[in-house]
Amino acid sequence: MKNNKKLVINTAWCKGCGICSAFCPKQVLEVKAKVKIVNLDACIYCGQCEMRCPDYAIYLEDTNNDA
Amino acid sequence: MASKLIDKYMREDHLPHIWCPGCGHGILMRNVAKAIDNLGINQEKVCLVSGIGCAARAAGYMDFQTMHTTHGRAIAFATGVKMARPDLEVIVIAGDGDIAAIGGNHLIHAARRNINITVIVFNNDIYGMTGGQYSPTTPTGDYGTTAPYGNLDRPFDIGLLAAAAGASYSAKGTCYHVPQTIKLIEDGIKHKGFALIDCLGVCPTYYGRKNKKGGAVEMLTRQKENMITAEQAYKLPIHERESKVILGKIAENDFPEFTEEYQKIIDRLVKQNG
Repeated sequence: MKNNKKLVINTAWCKGCGICSAFCPKQVLEVKAKVKIVNLDACIYCGQCEMRCPDYAIYLEDTNNDA
Repeated sequence: MASKLIDKYMREDHLPHIWCPGCGHGILMRNVAKAIDNLGINQEKVCLVSGIGCAARAAGYMDFQTMHTTHGRAIAFATGVKMARPDLEVIVIAGDGDIAAIGGNHLIHAARRNINITVIVFNNDIYGMTGGQYSPTTPTGDYGTTAPYGNLDRPFDIGLLAAAAGASYSAKGTCYHVPQTIKLIEDGIKHKGFALIDCLGVCPTYYGRKNKKGGAVEMLTRQKENMITAEQAYKLPIHERESKVILGKIAENDFPEFTEEYQKIIDRLVKQNG
């Protein structure tokens, strides 16, 4: 299956609450002061992080239009 | 830099918002944007009205026709907007204190009137902005800065209150159950009549800290564990059911809608008097 999504982080908006990493089913993320991707290979692009991030600092971007 | 949804429905120059780290209001505000996006409503035709409080700040962040009004009176302003422009989709965002204490009277009478507006309550069980005073939804025995020995009052269930007052749509959502809550908001917006969606929030800074309920993650996990659907509740023995909160619709009825009934009177009088 070809993946056409990209996991994007806007560090400037992250307040480090830890919600994204706590509810990530694949332990892709780690939050110390700010969120960081630690295991991108495990990411299944489910969007659990995006829908619960209160600060809109992490999201999936569609890369469909890219060549 | 933000997702397409945020880009379209938020005033990005006002972000990041002032809400605390882990505050559930951010999740709920995104749910409102997502619900409107799913329904495909013209952004210019949505009027968002809020009062005062943490939740009320949403009107400043969201990119619709917006009004930030006085404490507790958001529904009164929204009623005025809806009467003047019934073609607009009027949505009120309010906190639990704003809607059930200061604006409690407006809430019950707008529900009784069944005017076609949608009220979305960001219910975090406490007054966050003013420093953690107990609110009408703070559970009995819980702590606040004004309840140092525990709250003596029993809490309001805002969803049941609105339904009892005559709202034709009432539902309960949470911060944790994102897709379900988005669907409940969508149905509330689509519904003709007064719709209220009571969304259980998360206030780690005041409610969580005062009551030793942990941070945002612990509070969200508790929502995940304590919320069940009506069907699940029906199967549980009563003593187990008491500790659970039921997610989903409380009321959905087809009552006469106020602006339509009002228009009927106008039409009748115009016809009578030529």
